[in-house]
Amino acid sequence: MVKNAFIFLILIGVAMILVNLFAGFTGNVDLGQIANHYVANGPAEVGSANIVTAVVVTYRGFDTLGEVTILFLSAAIVGFFLKIENTDNTERNLKYTSEILNTASQVLVPIMILFGVYVFINGHLSPGGGFQGGAIIASGLVLMFIAQPKKEIGHKLINIIESISGVGFVLMGLAGVLFAGGFLDNNVIGLGKFGTLFSAGAIPIIYIFVGLKVGSELTGIALSLKENQNEA
Amino acid sequence: MLNIILAIFLGILIIVLAIMAVLNKNIVVAIIAAGAVSLFASVLYLILAAPDVAMTEAAIGSGLSTIIFFYVLNKINRQNG
Amino acid sequence: MMEKLNIQNIGLTVGILVILVGLWGLLTQKNLIKIVIGFALFDTGTHILMVSIGYIKYRTAPILDEAVDIRNAAKLVVDPIPQALVLTAIVIGLGITALMLSYVLKMYQNKKSLEINNYKDLKW
Repeated sequence: MVKNAFIFLILIGVAMILVNLFAGFTGNVDLGQIANHYVANGPAEVGSANIVTAVVVTYRGFDTLGEVTILFLSAAIVGFFLKIENTDNTERNLKYTSEILNTASQVLVPIMILFGVYVFINGHLSPGGGFQGGAIIASGLVLMFIAQPKKEIGHKLINIIESISGVGFVLMGLAGVLFAGGFLDNNVIGLGKFGTLFSAGAIPIIYIFVGLKVGSELTGIALSLKENQNEA
Repeated sequence: MLNIILAIFLGILIIVLAIMAVLNKNIVVAIIAAGAVSLFASVLYLILAAPDVAMTEAAIGSGLSTIIFFYVLNKINRQNG
Repeated sequence: MMEKLNIQNIGLTVGILVILVGLWGLLTQKNLIKIVIGFALFDTGTHILMVSIGYIKYRTAPILDEAVDIRNAAKLVVDPIPQALVLTAIVIGLGITALMLSYVLKMYQNKKSLEINNYKDLKW
């Protein structure tokens, strides 16, 4: 009873804090100074039509590098905790999925992966980018794991793709130090014509690496938690 | 005006589903309700002029996160019996 | 009353309420998986709150195309910075949720129980 009253008091307190924070908030009428700079000078400095992409990849690219590192760390810890034991490779009795799910997945999975690639290559022109594209690719691969349990993707292949794309991301950042203004500066190979596919300097290349890395990490997490491994 | 009505509708739906996710005794129902909260939140992001966030939330919050919860629940149920 | 009813205030209210519901679930539930669900709701509520703060009335998404003129863009688009932060926060949220769930799985393998009252090893 005392405990319930205590929880009630905590909730009331948090509610009071949040309501007081926003009681006098009437909404912005204009952009702040930093946001104004990003929107006004972003197209000329970075060459990306999607301002969110410009902020994520270039202006705050270092944050993105740290974020990808955190995701890698959590994927690695999940894999470490749920280590796959080398059980004998006798016939496991996998449940067969229905014919409809199986056939539909064979049609859908390549299209989903293609759409994920489209989303992260066009990240500087339209909504989307490396994180969204990687998540879509991982969703497609998870659909494949569910519908076709016999088909397997090894952890080794996923680890190789992840390592290569991580190293590529950092190398693109270092190329910015050597050939342009600083770490992760995208003006390495010229900005190109604004609004076309081959524009915005290194942003599409960095987003391809981010997309592959996020996709392989999320697939690795799902693969570690899949149910027909680590029975013990 | 239509946007405001849609936003109010989505808000009520999100809050009801969130309370359902906390209160329901059945864990499967709770997981699906939490996934639906993310799905309707992604539509709310679209109304709030954030299409990038909406795409991420729809793919991750309601897709992969729900799948991961079900994988873990499935493993726990298998060890049980 | 009527002039307070705009999309931004609705977003802020929904965000605060979802945060409170998530915190309530985090504090009152006894099942470990339900605690993780409460944490995920708290996460979603924070994201809704942050995106709502960046919204500006009558403006559109921060993507420059035919609808948004480049020279006049700063008067036409919403704040891009909260959106960029939430974008990465969602992905980290999934990583943290997966990490918590793998801890739950490991705890269940040790004690065969999901009830939080059975875990008293570190209680004094």
